[in-house]
Amino acid sequence: MTLTRFVTKNAFRNKRRSALTVVSIAFSLLLLTFMITVWRAFYIDQGSAESAQRLITRNKVSLVFWLPSYYREKIRALPGVKNVVNESWFGGQYKDQKPENMFMQFGTDPQEFFEVFKDLHITPDQLVAWQKDRSGCVVDAELAKKHGWKLGDRLFIKGLIFPMNLELNVRGIFTSPQPTQSIYFNHVYIDEGFPALKGRVGFYGVLADSPENVPKVAQEIDEQFHNVERPTKTESEHAFQLGWIAMMGNVKAFILSICLAVVFAILLVSANTMAMSIRERTREVALLKTLGFTRGRVLLLFVSEAVSLALLGGLIGTLGAAGFIRLAAHAPGISFFLAGVSVGAPTMLVSLFVAAIVGFVSAFLPAYHASQLNIVEGLRHIG
Amino acid sequence: MRKGATVMTALGIALTVTIVIFIMALLAGLRDAFATTGEPNNVLVLRKGSNSELAAGGVEREAMQVLRDLPGLARDAKGENLVSGEDILVIVLPRKDGTGETNVTIRFLSPTGLEMRPKVKIVAGRWFTPGQREIVVSRSINHRFAKTNIGDTMFFGKGNWTVVGVFDSGGSAHESEIWADINQLAADLDRTQYSSVLMQARDPVNAQGLKNRVSDDQRLKLNGMLETEYYAQQTSTGGPIKVVGWFVAVVMGIGSIFAAMNTMYAAVAYRAREIATLRVIGFSRPSILTSFVLESLLLALLGALVGIVLMLPFNGMTTGTSNPVTFSEAVFSLRMTPGVIWLAMIFAIIMGTLGGLAPAWHASRREILASLRD
Repeated sequence: MTLTRFVTKNAFRNKRRSALTVVSIAFSLLLLTFMITVWRAFYIDQGSAESAQRLITRNKVSLVFWLPSYYREKIRALPGVKNVVNESWFGGQYKDQKPENMFMQFGTDPQEFFEVFKDLHITPDQLVAWQKDRSGCVVDAELAKKHGWKLGDRLFIKGLIFPMNLELNVRGIFTSPQPTQSIYFNHVYIDEGFPALKGRVGFYGVLADSPENVPKVAQEIDEQFHNVERPTKTESEHAFQLGWIAMMGNVKAFILSICLAVVFAILLVSANTMAMSIRERTREVALLKTLGFTRGRVLLLFVSEAVSLALLGGLIGTLGAAGFIRLAAHAPGISFFLAGVSVGAPTMLVSLFVAAIVGFVSAFLPAYHASQLNIVEGLRHIG
Repeated sequence: MRKGATVMTALGIALTVTIVIFIMALLAGLRDAFATTGEPNNVLVLRKGSNSELAAGGVEREAMQVLRDLPGLARDAKGENLVSGEDILVIVLPRKDGTGETNVTIRFLSPTGLEMRPKVKIVAGRWFTPGQREIVVSRSINHRFAKTNIGDTMFFGKGNWTVVGVFDSGGSAHESEIWADINQLAADLDRTQYSSVLMQARDPVNAQGLKNRVSDDQRLKLNGMLETEYYAQQTSTGGPIKVVGWFVAVVMGIGSIFAAMNTMYAAVAYRAREIATLRVIGFSRPSILTSFVLESLLLALLGALVGIVLMLPFNGMTTGTSNPVTFSEAVFSLRMTPGVIWLAMIFAIIMGTLGGLAPAWHASRREILASLRD
């Protein structure tokens, strides 16, 4: 019998206990993997290479305040700026208020939109069709799939923020590395439907000539519009998105505290099991030592038993989390937060690593005691 | 030695209960904030089709004249009808704790508007003076955001607005707001319309009548609703917390159930002979089953108790999340209401029962002879 076989045999000598422990650890690690995945999607993933080159310019006071449309040409004239496009959030309602019908609508300039958002892809003929139709729109491929939209379909969007409704023709379907949950239409529609807003823009998407120039361009833009009635705030697209997450509240502290609670909970479960199973085997330990097993060996045996149980639970948990996130990304209600999120290999490794550490820590103390046991005492032990 | 296992399992359950309480207390706090906002006599008027005071386009000055003369309105001391034209804007403020910036709502109103919200009281400084760029912040805003002390200024519109006072809203949704003068805003932003109008009726019956009258008048193109209804709908703010929170609680709960099962199985195995002896004396199978389920329940309730005690220091802590109706921060406090405590207890009872049932059933089913011989 090899050592590995000895460990596996021992790990499953009490099948029910091992199974319950593994399942319990698996559920906790499912949660941990889920939380790490969300953390990564929110704070670590940088998005596509093209998005690292983009900036968002908004009114310094807040997004609710508009910017004049003549800022666009002034921004374009600055060094390091390749393209600028205007965007206005429409905030309309499609069909009803149900979360599954929620997506964003932006008024923009069809001539330049795809120049700035180079990571969104559309066929040239669809682009031309959109540019020619003043009431045309382009939609995210994921959205089109979800709602069953086809080219030429008519979408009716009720204006909640603006006192006007949109009737849009689907002229193009674009693909995107990350689901955008958005449709884009010609800004002229808002200008004409609600003339009070003519010459006003929600914010600008700016494409810098290189990712390195992004901070410099941001500074230039904000300096240009510093001592004016409508000052600007420019930040990288990533920073802009982080701002939205920050608005949900102290998300970082929330995720961290849940992760801590989960890790502590698995530690408790695992330590409990190991304590029970080692106590049961006090006599065996004495026997092993009589046979010539060193203290280190005995310690190693128990610790590796705990680690393999924890790892097994961890593996089931991470795989479960991967499956769950895949399902949840299409469920109404949470899909808005989980769109395009998936459990990556690094996340899985981190979870498994945590499982292994927890297994190690939980077994160390009881195993150490067992290894230090006096042989005669141990043999006399009645468990 | 057996005590150790029990304590660890109870602690595991305590952790789960802590999370349940945390989430339920957050939601209860949010509900409280929105439920206590609004007077039953007040009617809020918005443009037809809009569901937020933040929407563009609203009540024109001519329509305002019509509203002002509607029958059934309450009057102030000077004999004028209580009607307040208001506007809402959102500005970005840095958080004091250094976790970044977030949107904060500014409500612009007239002295009449102040009079119509008697629950809101000034606690430091004074109210803004009409015609001045002055603002008054809520106590929570004052606590949570930098640059919101009396004497500080913030820029929007055509100039700097000075903080001149701090108000307490009595735990309502106005706790998330900054208040300032509506006429100064109109001058600063060249606005000719109000985004919302608040009217006070003489009594709830008149309020209902006013609401219907405004909504039915085709010329006005306005929509009236009770102020209480408007705020109640914003409870949806807690949506993401609810979804994520329940997910976390249920997954951890299932984990805890398996852990409890483990402990109970160990207890059953350990006491196999005891159980057999009890059976010999004449205890029936159901009574053995009940005794083990009760033991598991006790374990879970012990855990719940620890969880409740662990969460007590957080009761009343204020925090914020984004309100999807105003796109700005809704400030609220954690509230461990009796309902929350009950829910946590029920959660613990479910965990205890599910965790104890299978081991208890096994215990009651064992052969007496086999157990005695073990």
